Amino acid sequence: MIRFLFQRLFQAATVLLVVALLAFVMFRFAGDPVAQLVSQDTSFEDRAAIREAMGLNDPLPVQFAGFVGRVLQGDFGLSYQMGQPVGALLADRLPASIELSLVAFLLALLIGIPMGVYSGLKPDSALARLFLIVSLAGVSLPTFFIGIMLILAFGVELGLLPTFGRGETVDLGWWSTGLLTKTGWQSIILPACTLGLFQMTFIMRLVRAEMLEVLRADYIKFARARGIPPRRIHFGHALKNTLVPVLTIAGLQLGSIIAFGIVTESVFQWPGIGLLFLQAISTVDIPIMSTYLLLVAVIFVSISLIVDLLYVLVDPRLRVSAKT
Amino acid sequence: MPSKTLRRAGVTLALAMLPMGLSAENLRFAAQGDLVSMDPYVVEEVFTSGFLGNVYEGLVRRGPDLEILPALAESWEILAPTHWRFHLREGVTFHDGSPFTAADVVFSAERVRAGDSDFKNRIAADTEVVAVDDYTVDFITSAPNPILHYTWANWYIMSKSWAEANGVGNPEKGGEEASYATLHENGTGPFKLETREPGVKTTLSANDDWWGKGSVPGNVTHVEYTPVPNAATRVAALLSNQLDVVFPIPVQDIARIDATPGARIEAGPEVRTMYLTMNQWRDTLPGSAVEGDNPLKDRRVREAVYRAIDLDTIHAKILRGRATPSALMVAPGVNGHSEEFQRYAYDPEKSRALLAEAGYPDGFSMTFQCSNNMYVNDEAICLAVANMLAKVGIDAQANVQAKAQYLEALLAPNMDFGLAMLGTTPASLDSHIALYSLHMCPRLSEDQPVWAPEAMGKIVAGKSNFAGYCNPEVDALADQILVETDIEKRNALINEAWTITTEDVAYIPLHQSWGAWGVRDGISLEVRSDNIFDWRYVTVGE
Repeated sequence: MIRFLFQRLFQAATVLLVVALLAFVMFRFAGDPVAQLVSQDTSFEDRAAIREAMGLNDPLPVQFAGFVGRVLQGDFGLSYQMGQPVGALLADRLPASIELSLVAFLLALLIGIPMGVYSGLKPDSALARLFLIVSLAGVSLPTFFIGIMLILAFGVELGLLPTFGRGETVDLGWWSTGLLTKTGWQSIILPACTLGLFQMTFIMRLVRAEMLEVLRADYIKFARARGIPPRRIHFGHALKNTLVPVLTIAGLQLGSIIAFGIVTESVFQWPGIGLLFLQAISTVDIPIMSTYLLLVAVIFVSISLIVDLLYVLVDPRLRVSAKT
Repeated sequence: MPSKTLRRAGVTLALAMLPMGLSAENLRFAAQGDLVSMDPYVVEEVFTSGFLGNVYEGLVRRGPDLEILPALAESWEILAPTHWRFHLREGVTFHDGSPFTAADVVFSAERVRAGDSDFKNRIAADTEVVAVDDYTVDFITSAPNPILHYTWANWYIMSKSWAEANGVGNPEKGGEEASYATLHENGTGPFKLETREPGVKTTLSANDDWWGKGSVPGNVTHVEYTPVPNAATRVAALLSNQLDVVFPIPVQDIARIDATPGARIEAGPEVRTMYLTMNQWRDTLPGSAVEGDNPLKDRRVREAVYRAIDLDTIHAKILRGRATPSALMVAPGVNGHSEEFQRYAYDPEKSRALLAEAGYPDGFSMTFQCSNNMYVNDEAICLAVANMLAKVGIDAQANVQAKAQYLEALLAPNMDFGLAMLGTTPASLDSHIALYSLHMCPRLSEDQPVWAPEAMGKIVAGKSNFAGYCNPEVDALADQILVETDIEKRNALINEAWTITTEDVAYIPLHQSWGAWGVRDGISLEVRSDNIFDWRYVTVGE
């Protein structure tokens, strides 16, 4: 088990190193960071001095080694544009992204699963068909379009909900939360719906398909033959068996919600890490871009690591092969 | 459908749920980017230095019509052509309560020329700054400079004791340690920084001890600034009354906002002049198939390019009439601008004839670098120009890129363009700087090629003259203008220089586009043509 764990950790470290290298090489083509820091009239001598101070004149391997070395010590450097430590900037923004993702994810689960169960049980009913149509829209419409439509409807036309920002936040020391204030909750509704819609339709379709499959299984038929009430069959046996794959997939999706809420964050000016990344791209703020990509890689690697470990705990066969 | 009832219910609900933003003197505004730093010397960028102008003050400031007004200096006099005396305002305090004196001016003059300052050109390196007494400062220059204080409206005075106590004696960027001045301020201005979250939100409150209270019409007591890069989000927030002032408004949303009750558009021409720059220094024109040939070195070809562009159509179709055509490289409002200059008229026939005369009856090809996020509808204008050039046989291969990549291709040391579109605002609002940085030969001596790579670091004049335009007569005139202290003579010299550059078709000036501000009813403000938002002139009413 321990050997297995170390094996996975080693693989994870390799993945992170490769991501860092790719990010570093790729950003060489993002534009000239110095041009973003000076005005058109700044003399070439001054530009050259800034370039030197930023270490941009060093050969690429030296820059990369320096970057990795500092990252290992927990120092992600200073943002070129904002002059602030990147680690602190990301730590300030991370709570906003995580709160938005979790609310969106819970919305998707709490609405998606009942919808899926219903349309699995009564596939021919009118409501089930309506659900399918809605879910088709959710899967096919681009996020920014849904976001802007929601803004127009609930913000501009009805004037019900705020359309940008996070509202008032409460600082809990190391975590700033918008979930303790009224304006915070009002502000999170529209972006969370936008971000969660795809997941919701995804989960609904998955549950529906699994339900249809399970309901045809032999043990359900036997249960029916034994005269067990339909309620218990549907929720006690069928739903329980559909949820295992659904939760696995949904858990993996959570990673992508946190990492790729960029579009939603941009449309709603949600001050999360995605928005920070977007601003960094437009100003060629390489330290922020590299650290963001590393963070995303860490999120994905750790989620899949946890999933792998859970499999080992759940599935006895894997446990045997891991021992040998 | 009871939609009206529903809507009314919605509005009532909104009134109940949203925090009432229009409460007395609160100003909530948004623009597309955040200010870079609270340190006023780190980057010369219109939004950042304009924003900081509400917190910091210079010796002088610019009024709503860009006129020079006294600020921290009450008055000034020219004792000799190279000797200026400034009399400072007494009884002014910084936000930390310490008094403002001549020592702070001397310190600021040192700091603005030190470290990574982006404002080194505010005061020449050899200018002596002397404190005569606590409220008198002398500036002794090596050569006469009649417009010494023209660029000082955004040379803000910092507190010596504060800077020294917090270890921010030099402006810094791209270093290892975060500078204290990046997130903190200590100005003398009408607003004090309350909270600052870079990229998220910045709040400020009125400075009750400000010396100028009552001298300006503004009544704002609290300001909340949110950078909102996404234009659709910005407009929606204005329409739904979550913001009071929004800038800039995309051209296509102007009619929508004007039609919405509760919001309006305030628009006016900007002082920035948009122009096309034509590469005249390379021996082979980038993008041309012919090695060793640069058609743009020929004045006739440049006029042909000029005459092939139908600016009226661009204005009508792309800018919806919101632009002022320009015959000069400086806008109205800049000293030296004159209405007597005329644009070369749109004339594709003549354009073709000029090309044939210059030996290019079948036209030529070149690269055309365009940005897509720097100026009002820049991408659309570029593509339209490329199409118009195609009609006279010039194949301008438009390459549209975002700001970062665009500037890297365009600016030194690459300067890889045949044609490119840029905008320029002379920092001093005087013609000299436009002549000096865009029209003077970018070289060290007569026998050197223009833009010689080894000289690039030492070039003093023509620093933004990436086109490599070079005319010794203009150079001589620019040198005279610099030191001529007689205003009338000086303006005549400027006029002469503009006549030559227009005759030479050094650049193709296009227009000043109009900036559009979205404003909620009840807010009044002054729209300045340099796009600086001065809260001293904002009043919040019912």
